[in-house]
Amino acid sequence: MSGSDAGRRQFLAWGAGAVATLTLAPGVLLLQPAHGRAPAEAASGKVRWGMLIDTNQCATGCDACVTACNRENGLSGGTRETDSQWIRKMELEDPRTGRKTSLPMMCQHCEKPPCVDVCPTGASFKRADGIVLVDKHICIGCRYCMMACPYKARSLVHENLADQKPDVPRGKGTVEACTLCVPRVDRGEHPACVEACAAAGHGAIVFGDLNDPASEIAQRVAKYPSVQVRADLGMNTGVRYQGI
Amino acid sequence: MKIAYREIEGRSAAYWLLLAVLGAMIAAGLAGAWTMEHHGHIVTGMTNQIVWGIPHVFAVFLIVAASGALNVASIASVFGRGFYKPLAPLSGLLAIALLVGGLAVLMLDLGRADRLVVAMTRYNFTSIFALNVFLYTGFLAVVALYLWMMMERRMNRYTTPAGYAAFVWRLVLTTGTGSIFGFLVARQAYASAMLAPMFIAMSFSYGLAAYLVVLVVAYAWSGRELDAAVLRRLKNLLIVLIAAVLYFVAVFHLTNLYFARQIAFERFILVDGGIYPALFWGGQIVLGSLVPMAMLAHPHLGAARGTVVAASLLVILGGLAQMYVTIIGGQAFPLELFPGMEVSSSFFDGRIHPYTPGLPEVALGLGGVAIAGIVVALAVKLLRFLPERLDAQLAESQ
Amino acid sequence: MRSKAKSALLALLLSLAVGAGWAISQAREAPAGRVPKPAIAPAKGEQCVEPVDFMRRNHMQLLLHQRDRTMHEGIRTKRYSLKGCVECHASPTTGSVAAEQGDFCQSCHSYAAVKIDCFECHASRPQALAGGAKP
Repeated sequence: MSGSDAGRRQFLAWGAGAVATLTLAPGVLLLQPAHGRAPAEAASGKVRWGMLIDTNQCATGCDACVTACNRENGLSGGTRETDSQWIRKMELEDPRTGRKTSLPMMCQHCEKPPCVDVCPTGASFKRADGIVLVDKHICIGCRYCMMACPYKARSLVHENLADQKPDVPRGKGTVEACTLCVPRVDRGEHPACVEACAAAGHGAIVFGDLNDPASEIAQRVAKYPSVQVRADLGMNTGVRYQGI
Repeated sequence: MKIAYREIEGRSAAYWLLLAVLGAMIAAGLAGAWTMEHHGHIVTGMTNQIVWGIPHVFAVFLIVAASGALNVASIASVFGRGFYKPLAPLSGLLAIALLVGGLAVLMLDLGRADRLVVAMTRYNFTSIFALNVFLYTGFLAVVALYLWMMMERRMNRYTTPAGYAAFVWRLVLTTGTGSIFGFLVARQAYASAMLAPMFIAMSFSYGLAAYLVVLVVAYAWSGRELDAAVLRRLKNLLIVLIAAVLYFVAVFHLTNLYFARQIAFERFILVDGGIYPALFWGGQIVLGSLVPMAMLAHPHLGAARGTVVAASLLVILGGLAQMYVTIIGGQAFPLELFPGMEVSSSFFDGRIHPYTPGLPEVALGLGGVAIAGIVVALAVKLLRFLPERLDAQLAESQ
Repeated sequence: MRSKAKSALLALLLSLAVGAGWAISQAREAPAGRVPKPAIAPAKGEQCVEPVDFMRRNHMQLLLHQRDRTMHEGIRTKRYSLKGCVECHASPTTGSVAAEQGDFCQSCHSYAAVKIDCFECHASRPQALAGGAKP
């Protein structure tokens, strides 16, 4: 009898949880993490998630963000031409001045993403809060988005995979890219690369809501100069860089 | 006098051999597609850098040529040249066959070819790819209707409006195909409105070349009469169309050469990019354009059957070379994220991307050509596409 | 002639229907038939998120609906999530819902001859058991 009660309690808890969130949203949500939403609440168009990367803090040869991304998302970390790389470290050198820069490059989560424009089935889409994703359920693997992306941010899964992470489904024949660690963001956490960069002592990546004037990222982009990569294309990226 | 259309007999050893060869090629293509589906694109030469490979070279070529194969029918119906009327049904048939072959390759190359039904039920209308799904299927329907109007005597009076519809449709279709590349703002090789009209010019040339090969071979093998005057007109037309392509290619590259930011890319394609300049100059320009023009313009040999077939085959090979340079060369040149900077990364930024086609994808591409071939070979045996004899006098009287 | 043909056809259809019915009843009754019967392993807890009968017929609709809401809107309620299914129904021996013939999803799906597409991409094991789990 007690086992049955436990089951029923769990069952009721699910229902009660849903009701409670529905009642409380969109008001103040008690007991929620600082930036998180209730699980039943949809991503909001009022939010624009973004990153600010300070290349002056980013160390040449450090790839903490890359390994953290691979671990978080279950990527092999291989660097063959057919391997997926959601984030990569780029080393830049200005041949005229000799100035060197190191920075991470990944999906820039554009406001006007060309990958979304070209996708024939609508698998490539932008969530209300600005995160650009691939719905692998309807991706047919045509790779037109990979042709269209100015940042080479996307990869096709070239072979069968096994042992994917429960939060990060990935499969052969579909296209994938940086998700801004969307399951973490939905839980109110920061993307894995951001945490790893801070843990490595660089703190080069600031993550937050660009639309929230109180957020650190919004205050920093308001105060210091920052640029978008290929700003000439007018895509208004969610990822911005300092020091390039 | 009426033109009599008749099925070909299709009982010669050569005909059966042709069917056997085409059938084997299709089987190989399907085996290639299955391998790619089963193991993933790892078995191909395509990578996350060269995302579109040989299958797309063949598919885009076939789709572009399909639109051009309709030239002869358009001249007859839209521009009212009765001379070309007897040649029109074959023109429509070839257009359908080439498109079916090209689409088959495109579909079978998909990472998830099993989700064809998703591609057919979910559309994102800002995508030129999604619009092309309609343009391609619509083209098949419009040309099939057009063929019916042409071949069913009671419907003959509707041939002209149907011909107009098909003509407009194919211009839009090739605009759509060219725009697949033209709309790609990120890549230096593309992002140009020039690509749409250039693809239309190319479709005229490649399509007529494919048409001439089929016409001459079909008549020779079935022992039917093909008047030299017919061939002379068509080969003169081909000279003009090749010249039109050369014009667009010249303007395209000259424009790029004037833009400082494009010079590195032009250098790569035209001078030091290894296989790409070789295919551009040797394949597309010399063997694919200048040589066939010279052959066809020859005062004595120009209209000979052998010359016309050989020159047309060169135009087709030149077309494939052009697609290789456009599609694969355009991706081999690294994307420029930071103009003016020297870059490197684990993801091959700043490096020329190598590409070696794998066996399955080559088989798939050739399988598409074979599908187009077998559609034509079977259709001319089963239906009355080819006039029994084709001489200039008879044609002129139409 | 015609009525004869008609009655013959009717007889044929009848015998087919009876045969099919018999086959089905056999499949239900004979546990050691050629067709592997679904072995529905007990799950964690006492009660599924909906009554069992409803789940047997409609679990795919629930999953599909949840899939689109999670993917496109970021709604991550647990009740109808695939992760939730896997957590309760993973086999105690294989740790998975679809690794082997006897596992929860696999056993019914092979009985019904419906291919499951989910686990080509999704983990078929709960978080703690999935490869590369967090330390």
